[in-house]
This record gives sequence, C-alpha cells and structure tokens, in this order.
Amino acid sequence: MSALALFASAPAAAVSSAPGLHALPALPLSTQLIHLIAALLLLLSFAMLAQRRVVNLVNLFAAQGALLVASTVAVAYSTGDAELYQSAALTLLLKVIVLPLVLHRLIRRLHAEWDTETLVNIPTLQIIGIVLVIFSFVLAQPISRFAGEATRGTLGIALALVLLAFLMMIVRRKAVAQVVGFLAMENGLLFAATSATQGMPMVVEMGIGLDVLVGVFILGIFFFQIREQFDSLDLQHMETLKED
Amino acid sequence: MSVSALLTQLLAVAVSVLLAPLLSGWVMQCRAWLSNRSAAPIWQPYARIAKLLRKDAVLAHDATPLFRVVPYLLFGIMVVAAAIIPSLSTDLPFAQAADVIALVGLFALARVFIALAGMDIGTAFGSMGARRDMMVGFLAEPALLMVVFTSSLISGSTLLPTIAGFLQSQHLALHASLAFAAVAFVMVLLAENARIPVDNPTTHLELTMIHEAMVLEYSARHLALVEWASSLKLFNYACIGFALFLPWGMASHADGVLWLLVALPSLLLKLAAAGFGIALIETLSAKLRIFRDPEFLGTAFLLAVLGLLVRLMLSH
Repeated sequence: MSALALFASAPAAAVSSAPGLHALPALPLSTQLIHLIAALLLLLSFAMLAQRRVVNLVNLFAAQGALLVASTVAVAYSTGDAELYQSAALTLLLKVIVLPLVLHRLIRRLHAEWDTETLVNIPTLQIIGIVLVIFSFVLAQPISRFAGEATRGTLGIALALVLLAFLMMIVRRKAVAQVVGFLAMENGLLFAATSATQGMPMVVEMGIGLDVLVGVFILGIFFFQIREQFDSLDLQHMETLKED
Repeated sequence: MSVSALLTQLLAVAVSVLLAPLLSGWVMQCRAWLSNRSAAPIWQPYARIAKLLRKDAVLAHDATPLFRVVPYLLFGIMVVAAAIIPSLSTDLPFAQAADVIALVGLFALARVFIALAGMDIGTAFGSMGARRDMMVGFLAEPALLMVVFTSSLISGSTLLPTIAGFLQSQHLALHASLAFAAVAFVMVLLAENARIPVDNPTTHLELTMIHEAMVLEYSARHLALVEWASSLKLFNYACIGFALFLPWGMASHADGVLWLLVALPSLLLKLAAAGFGIALIETLSAKLRIFRDPEFLGTAFLLAVLGLLVRLMLSH
C-alpha cells in the first residue's frame, strides 16, 4: 500500500505530455477503487493459501471481509443502489466481526493457537494458484462483457477467489483451515454477486448469511467431536473410516 | 543526436558513478541510526575505496587472468547499465541501444562473471557463494522480467526512457497492477543487491554469506572496483524502480538542459527516500534461511504475475 501512497502523492505540475504518447482514458474513481479492491482480494486469497498459522488465517479472512465491505460500498456508490448499503452492513457485521470472533474463540477453546501446517509446498501451491487464476480469467472473459461498466472484469477475479478457496480446502489438512477455506469461498461468491449482478435480493443474502453462521456453529461442534475421537484436528484420520 | 542529449547522457553516467557510493553510505548511516548506533560518516564508502586503491593487490597463486579481469568487467557492465537507465533525464541517446530485457541480461552477465571469479580460486567459500548467488539469480530474474512486462504492457514499450516518459504523461490513476509490480520489484531489489532478507551485506560469518563469500579473495584495487560496482548496482536498481514507478521530476527531450537543475534535486530526494526505505526493511526483517529464499522470491514472482494478470483482466 505504501507504493500506492507514493503514486497518489506525485506532483501534478510535473506531468508533462511527451510527443507521440497518447493518454489512457481515465476511468471514474469508484471504478478504479473497485478494481484496486478486486486485485487486493486476489492478493489476500494467495496470502491465505500460503499462510501456515491458523490464527493468522482467521485474521486474513477478516481482512478479506473488510475489503468485501469496501467493494460493496464502492459498487453501491457508483450504481446508487441503496440495498447494497444494507448488504455491506450485513457483511460487516457477519464476516468482519462475528465470524472471526467465533473462530478465534473456537481456536482458543481447542488450544489450536499454534497449529501449523507442515506438509504444504508453498511455491508449488502458488504456481497452481496462478494457473487457476489464468483459467478463471479465460473462463470469465466472454461472460463479463454483459456486466456493468464499473464492474466489468471483476467477475474473473471473483471466480478466481472461489477456485483459490477451493484449492485451499483441498490442500489443507487441519479442520479449522478447511472451514476458513469454506468461508473464503462464500466471500468469493458474494463478490461475484455484487460485481456481476449488483447484488442478490436481500432475502437471499440474509438467508446465505444465516446459513454460513449456523454452518460455522455446527462445524465448531464437529471440531470438538473430531478432536475427541482422534485426539487431533487433522482430517487425515477421517480418510480411513474403519475401526482397527 | 543533439549536443545537449550527448551532454545529458554523459552527465547522467557521471552522476550515477559518482553518487553510487553516497547511496551505499546513506543506507549504512540509516541502518546505524535505526539500530541505535552512532553512524559512520556518509562519505565512508569513498574513503574506503580511496584506501583500497592505494594498497598493493595480493593475488592467489592459482588465480587465472579471469580473476584479475572480472572487477574491471563488473564495473564496466554496471557503467553501461547506468548509461541505459534513465536517472536524470529520459532523453538518453545511448538507451536506444538496449531495452530493459537486454538490461536484465547485462545484470545476468555480471552475475556469471562474478560467480566464475568466486570459483576461480578454488576455495570452498568462493564456490559455495557462487552457487548460492546463481540460485538467487535464477529465482529473481523471472520475477524481475515479469515486473518489467507489467510496466511494458501499460506503456507499450520495453525501452526504459519510453516507459518513464509514458507514465509521466498520464493522468494520476490507481494502478493496482503497478502497485503489485512495485512490491515485487522491491523484493527483487533486496535479493539482487544482497540485502537482508536474503543476504547480509555486512556479515562476517562465512557460512551465511552469499555475495561476500564470492569476493573474499579480492584485495586492494580489485576489491575497490567490486565494491564500487556493488553500490553502482544498487544505484542502478533504485533508478530502474524510479523509471518504472516514480518517473516524476525526470527531465525529458522537450525540456532542454536547464530542467536538469530540477531533475537532480528530485533524484536526490527520491534516492534519500529509497535508501531510508531499504534501511528500514533491513532493520525490521531478519535474514531468511537460505532454503526459505525460494519462498521469498516465489512470492515476488507471484506478485509480479498477479500484476500482469490483473492488468490483462481489468483493462478493456
């Protein structure tokens, strides 16, 4: 972000027009902001993919939620849609405040603060992630032509967020990390909804929000059951569902 | 090619060569202040170079002529690079000779020669340092190229003066892709210049050395040139960063010679800020284990590729 601050502080007087160079068409500020937030969301997804510690993973999830709120507000501002402000408020309450608090509490209760993943080869994961991003960009190219002016191009990023969250759920072995991956996937879907269709109906959004909340509570209960059964939160144990 | 362009070119190279040790001195001073030590004077690198130039050189018995030639080659390559990179003005006649991809190749050439010199004597530390340096190089170069491609994609050229001139002529905008590329570039800069997360430039512990291990056997005028070339490399990288991301304040073709009076202070200002930034990063971070370097530089590569992809996706 410091690099951006430097860009923004450039003296306007020094901008001179060199011959033979055409200026790019300037996009409206809200669109630039949405693009920036989309890019940062993508970056956070990669950070979550590479994060070894569970506690930091939850913090990254909260940051992703905050960015989602910011993007929803930016879309609401650029389209003048009042319902999106309510959606942003709901996201703020649920994804930035309640769910991270619940997860942190769960981690504390499970004594999993220092849990780390050891079997993750991060450079390989990053390369797979890049391939996924390219795949989703190509996939979204024909669809995004129908999107609005402000949100064109962000659909590919939303798709990439979903796929990266998928990847995280696949490679992680600890239960808490998989749940965070699941929640991150929901974030990606919400971002796709705001970017492609300017948000879902309020009823649907509240329904999904409650679903996620209840889902996390139920999974929290599962954590304790899993730990009781196997003495750890490693889901590898669940792959052999046989009593010895 | 006009006379003023030629003069600008010569002045830019002279400024680069003469100011490079000052930048190293400034970084050292900032590091000392930040870690609460009293700092050596800012011209300490000059004093060291002068002292080394006065001494008699000692060569190992087994040294081949290559070992003697490499310091001059290194210094020469860095001076050529300084002639290509716009530091004061984008009006550089010589810069047309090589674009930024060739520039990355020039740095690779310098790395190959210093690695050969490190292995030439046949000491364990020299060849260990050479191997490690080649590893860092092979990880850093793709990331650097991706950073460059992101900027080239935006400006439509791989010539550094054109990229800088294009960015100068634009309206101010939030470029997410450029921000990513800038962060990736800083990481590459730290790795390529043997700075702390990857290598410690002031280390005395041979086992953790990368760059220093290769030049352990050099003395006197050879060592002076190697050290001067190192600070010139840092200066060059800083100037590449300015040309790619912060070209404001640089003179252009239309501005004439007098504009240099503005360009020089703004360059000094940017260098002071960059030097402080490097010192801050070096103070705040610990040296990584060498096996974590692929992760560090892989992240740089990832950021640069993401910048490129985001640029492709979001521009219509």
